Amino acid sequence: MEKTEKKPLEKVLIICAKGALEDVYASLVMANGAVMEGIETKMFFTFFGLDGITKARMDHLHTATVGNPSLRMPGGAPFPTMLAGLPGVESGVSSMMRKQMDGLDMPPPSEFLEMITAGGGEIFACKLAVEMFKMRKEDFHDEVKDIITIGQFYEMADGDRTQIIFT
Amino acid sequence: MEKKNIAGVEITLTEDGYMAESSKWNKDIAAALAKDDGIDLGDQHYAVLDYLRKEHEAGASLTIRKVGKSGIVDIKGLYKLFPGGPLKLSSKYAGIPKPTSCV
Repeated sequence: MEKTEKKPLEKVLIICAKGALEDVYASLVMANGAVMEGIETKMFFTFFGLDGITKARMDHLHTATVGNPSLRMPGGAPFPTMLAGLPGVESGVSSMMRKQMDGLDMPPPSEFLEMITAGGGEIFACKLAVEMFKMRKEDFHDEVKDIITIGQFYEMADGDRTQIIFT
Repeated sequence: MEKKNIAGVEITLTEDGYMAESSKWNKDIAAALAKDDGIDLGDQHYAVLDYLRKEHEAGASLTIRKVGKSGIVDIKGLYKLFPGGPLKLSSKYAGIPKPTSCV
């Protein structure tokens, strides 16, 4: 039988453009997983994704209870839209989700960033989005390396086995 | 599955190089497996391996976060000890199955 040579991934560039709990976590889990596999990893946070690296917000992210057809009540019944919009419901559901994730040893985003950079991963913020939201470097978590343009980010995709992932 | 004689013990390795029978593990086997990857095990490595074996026996699912909070070594240090695969490599040398957690 013919043996095919495996060509494992060497570098991933992960773009996070949305700031809901599940969007930010999807990016963080993928980035951390890549670092743990020895894959060179760069993250780029843009638009509402910036919430995931903003000190004041990153550890209090919400999941949308309105307009989220996948959201279920504990037990599996669909989450009623009328209930979803009531004050405090989104906070409550989000805090429950954060607790469940902590139980699975998923750290809050601030600690997740530290885990990623501990393994050599790098975190960047999008210049255009930062300017649009009138933010400054000091607003972001200390592990954010730099504020860069998308062009600079693409320049990092300079190897053979590189993938760009947009979550 | 591949049978191998390491440090005088007949062991079985899975396709990924993990020991199939955790009970046959000893420090010499760990050292030999690590050496194949170019890593020389020191005291701190062994402390991590001991911790992993104990946690595995207790039935815990292992994550680098847990190791980082064990007080043995922080996550940065863990990456230094086992470059390119902190949990995979350490589990391999500890003689326990390939980790199945995503964090």
